[in-house]
Amino acid sequence: MNRTLIATVADCPGVLNRVASLFRRRAYNIESLTVGHTEKNGVSRMTIVVDSRRTDAGKVARNLEKLIDVLHVEDITDRPAILHDLALIKVRIRDRVARSEILRIADSFQARLVDMCPSTAMVELVGSERKIDTVVEALRSHGILEMVRTGRVAMVRGVSENEVEAMASTEQRMSMWEEGGNQWQE
Amino acid sequence: MQMTGAEIVWEMLRREGVEVVFGIPGGGIMHTYHPRKEFGIHHVLVRHEQSAAHAADGYARASGKVGVAIATSGPGATNLVTGIATAMMDSSPIVCITGQVSTSVLGSDAFQEADITGITLPITKHNYLVTDVNELAATIRDAFQIARSGRPGPVLVDLPSDVQKAVTEFVPPMEEAMDSGQSLPVYDQEALDRAIELINRAHRPVILAGQGVLQSGAQHALAAFADKTQTPVAVTLLGKGSFSPSHSLYLGMMGMHGHAVANQAIQDADLLIALGMRFDDRVTGNPEMYALQARKIHIDIDATELNKVIPTDVAILSDLRPALTAMVDAVSPRQHGAWGERIEGWRTRSREMETLHHQLKDSLPAPHIINEIFSATDGQAVIVTDVGQNQMWAAQYYATECDRPFLSSGGLGTMGFGLPAAIGAQFARPGDEVWVIVGDGGFQMSLPELATLVQEKLPIRIALINNRCLGMVRQWQTMFYDSNYEATDLLNPDFVKLTEAYGIPALRATTLDSAREAISEAHANRGPMLVEFEVARDGELSHVYPMVPAGAALDAMIHRSPAPVASVAGGRAS
Repeated sequence: MNRTLIATVADCPGVLNRVASLFRRRAYNIESLTVGHTEKNGVSRMTIVVDSRRTDAGKVARNLEKLIDVLHVEDITDRPAILHDLALIKVRIRDRVARSEILRIADSFQARLVDMCPSTAMVELVGSERKIDTVVEALRSHGILEMVRTGRVAMVRGVSENEVEAMASTEQRMSMWEEGGNQWQE
Repeated sequence: MQMTGAEIVWEMLRREGVEVVFGIPGGGIMHTYHPRKEFGIHHVLVRHEQSAAHAADGYARASGKVGVAIATSGPGATNLVTGIATAMMDSSPIVCITGQVSTSVLGSDAFQEADITGITLPITKHNYLVTDVNELAATIRDAFQIARSGRPGPVLVDLPSDVQKAVTEFVPPMEEAMDSGQSLPVYDQEALDRAIELINRAHRPVILAGQGVLQSGAQHALAAFADKTQTPVAVTLLGKGSFSPSHSLYLGMMGMHGHAVANQAIQDADLLIALGMRFDDRVTGNPEMYALQARKIHIDIDATELNKVIPTDVAILSDLRPALTAMVDAVSPRQHGAWGERIEGWRTRSREMETLHHQLKDSLPAPHIINEIFSATDGQAVIVTDVGQNQMWAAQYYATECDRPFLSSGGLGTMGFGLPAAIGAQFARPGDEVWVIVGDGGFQMSLPELATLVQEKLPIRIALINNRCLGMVRQWQTMFYDSNYEATDLLNPDFVKLTEAYGIPALRATTLDSAREAISEAHANRGPMLVEFEVARDGELSHVYPMVPAGAALDAMIHRSPAPVASVAGGRAS
């Protein structure tokens, strides 16, 4: 079973390296890791998916929390959350029939057609990993030329008490970070 | 006030209370060395950068303060690596400052460039590459804070040469910004209540005391807790000094070469109370067979250590002292008469097996040497060991009193640690008598530091236990590798002459009587001295006993034969 961790980290040089190095050193199996900016300047957010049959997500979280540049870690697996993956899929168009079928598949899964040439089409799809898997299967017979998936990004629905606390602690640490004029966090 | 980066380094060190640093200069750090004198900080010129890190580590362990090592870029920095890893494994607070090539050529494989922040990433608590002189002061402040806070550890600050040279207005960084985030974890009351319930119900409890007791300053709480609950105490190698060995509840050291009574008690316990220790494999033996009848309470300051190796019934994330102090108040006074009697039985048998309790003619057993050092120094010396048999004998037979330093490379087991760490320890405790116990193998890994010792006029006493081989490896070869002595015999120099060439007086002892005399002479001498003890390379006396073979249960101990024998113990391991 997969577990999803959200880590907010200071956006400073080497932070991805530190996180990746931790996973390597402790031999943690990671399904996916995405990283990007957040609503706050200087704070990045990582969504980490762990295969809990092989790696204890709690240990991953506790070890992440020891890293100085990591501000907050939360396991959101058991909370109502949006878990999305984004895929770009380039498919071969053999003939007119294939073309209309690809359009139909894209339409029925609410995928966007983002590029169309006489011989290829590019489909952009956002949704759960399962939904993307389904679309990939449907398109496979046409010949998938290229595909890229971002890996899971996640966000908890609504606002719970925990989240308010987490936001407060992140904010507090960020303000310390700004005052201190450095990347120090803990 | 306008200052260069180099001046900011020393100013910040001064503000951190640093009195001495250990290092070697070089092209990449020369700017920083240049203004040192103006700041009144003593620099110890070691002979290899690894020793700078070990000396800083030894200083930190013996003083409780942060130790500082300085090295140049490239090879200077990479030579620190083993010392940094040693400090990391043993939670020792050191700050390493390394030179780096100028930011303009960073990443271009410039002369003496090494990616030291990349290299030390997994063996530091944190590290920094400072690319802006305006961040330098705050970075050094942060480095010290991180090194000593929570579970201590090494921090490295990499300084490109242009940053050392750059001039800026020095603004002292705020102290409080950092300290506000430093709060140590304090126990959860509900978990503590569950622990107390287990303690109140236990009939065969044992306390496992680790280095966390010392680092948290919980020795008095530990003594009070043990007394009130009448719980015997076993210590880890790094936990020596956390509990008085003269206390009747003291079991001794646990683990692979621990005291038999301690291991036996752990295996038969119905409750283990683990305090500031981390169930290292040298402590547990086979974890699948470890203390199977026991419930386990584990208190540690590092959340990642809880349930890492040994699943616990109650895991408490806390600074030890407040947790233990609260427990002393909350537990009911206990008596464990029957348990105490069983332990006394084991203790008696364990003693009978010990080499120390046998008079051996015409031989010089290492346990007797350590015992003589203990007697001569009245148990008050600062003991620093190297790694291997010398370390285990020192740990077994120097009964370190509560609060006395016993310095040893535990987690990493770094040969060559002893001499440089002793140099650091002597700076930390100038008034104390420092003895370093080394073997002939490890001694030769940091031999050049004899020159440092002379240059700094340090009165360190060196006990060299010479068995003309890499003794611990050879012991394993005897026991588990068909006595195939592959690459363990050493053709050594004349250590007495060699030491004298450095200007240090040296003596050689081959019998117990001459050993006793030499030790008392070294003790009485006000300066440094080396005593070389020629001990057996073969036979039972050359082995450290008892021993738990790797992967075996903790009570599957191999003891020495009841009577002294000359032959090696070939088949007894299986």
